[in-house]
Amino acid sequence: MDVFGVLAQFWPDLLSGVGITIKLAGLGAIIAGVLAPLLALVRVNGGPAAQVPLRFYISFMRGTPLLAQMFLIYYGSGQFRPFLQDIGLWNFFREPFNCALLAFVMNSTAYQTEILRGGIMGVPHGEIEAGKAVGMSYIMSLRRIVFPHAYRIAWPALGNEIILLVKASALASVVTVFDLMGQTRAIFQKTFDFSVYIWAAVLYLCLTAAFVWIWRRLEHRLSPHIHGKRPSLLGAMTKRETA
Amino acid sequence: MLEVFSFGEAGWGDQLLQGLLVTIQLALTALPVGLVLGFAAAGASLSPYRWLRAIGTGYTTIMRGLPELLTLFVVYNGLGLLLNSIVSSWNPDARVELSSFVAGVIALGLVFGAFAGEVLRGAFQSLNKGQMEAGKAVGMRPTQVFFRIMLPQVWRFALPGLGNLWINLLKDTALVSVIALDDLMRMTQVAVRSTKQPFTFFLAACLIYWALCVISEIVLARLEKRANRGVRRA
Repeated sequence: MDVFGVLAQFWPDLLSGVGITIKLAGLGAIIAGVLAPLLALVRVNGGPAAQVPLRFYISFMRGTPLLAQMFLIYYGSGQFRPFLQDIGLWNFFREPFNCALLAFVMNSTAYQTEILRGGIMGVPHGEIEAGKAVGMSYIMSLRRIVFPHAYRIAWPALGNEIILLVKASALASVVTVFDLMGQTRAIFQKTFDFSVYIWAAVLYLCLTAAFVWIWRRLEHRLSPHIHGKRPSLLGAMTKRETA
Repeated sequence: MLEVFSFGEAGWGDQLLQGLLVTIQLALTALPVGLVLGFAAAGASLSPYRWLRAIGTGYTTIMRGLPELLTLFVVYNGLGLLLNSIVSSWNPDARVELSSFVAGVIALGLVFGAFAGEVLRGAFQSLNKGQMEAGKAVGMRPTQVFFRIMLPQVWRFALPGLGNLWINLLKDTALVSVIALDDLMRMTQVAVRSTKQPFTFFLAACLIYWALCVISEIVLARLEKRANRGVRRA
């Protein structure tokens, strides 16, 4: 074991792996984050014709391993190769990065939809009625009342989901994406030096810790009426008590 | 199209069934390991000793922040190297191989234990202290207080959380196919290699995992109902 020698020799590889991991998890979270509020509205307000397939989709995505979903997309697309070539999508499915990203987006959309559904249902009915009473249109009440409040409720759970996505992105290494996990495995196969795993663990912990910090800052920005005006000394004290 | 799933020489039904049995075995073996680790972690993070608390929270925090795949490789490669270096210091010619099943049980147990530790800590903290004192007052021994008053209620509080963890454990078993354990996922890959029907077989594997999860959810709902019998609903 040469803990620092490994880092000195392979840090560019590890760093590029971190870049790919951030790209995978970040793009996955953002694309799913655009789709989820729309689907969550369907889950709350939609008729049965829209609800039933959506519930099946969410149950399937939550009830099967992400690895199996990724294999289904990456290897499974090969079974439809002639068809995919005809419609010009084969180039997309040939890239392991795209397939892993598609799997993460589909999986995370299901989880984020359920989280946001809970948030939307947590908005007090009186607030929505008040919006109607002052003459807001449906869209405006969504924009000004429902979603701001729903996101405030759902924020911590959404953060947890994105952390799960960062961790799950390591699965992409199984379909030969050179993310942090993929680079780590490649370095171990070259050197058989265990310390590369320690560095990978440290880097993953740094990634999630940094994300938790950013997410908490955004939470304070999102709910200034709860977090903003509290004296910092009191804030620090209450934090210590709960920890 | 369904003949590829038939049993016997022609189809892959029996191979998939074998893989499914390995998957279930793996999950059922990792569960008690994880529960023991979870109770230990909860006990440690609630202990009056500072160093024990540090170990408990350190374990749950770090383990929950690492990708499960990384934990699996750390256990599989790291423990393998460690065992070999210990064995070769006794006998330079001997070699040991850590089986992928054992590595899978340890890694999945470690992950389950870290999350279960947090769930159980919350459950222990929501116990009503007066009840424990009442038990002491009527002359119960500490073990009696634990088994008759604390454990039944911890079970009730922790069951929803532990149920979610069980479903995650079931899904995480698929990772062990990466270190060449012949579970459902790997048997599916073997079948794909010879039939060249990847979509059909991976879809079948997904449906089997899905069925396992749905069955688990039904059983868990029953268990929860039973654990909550006699509780007045608000």
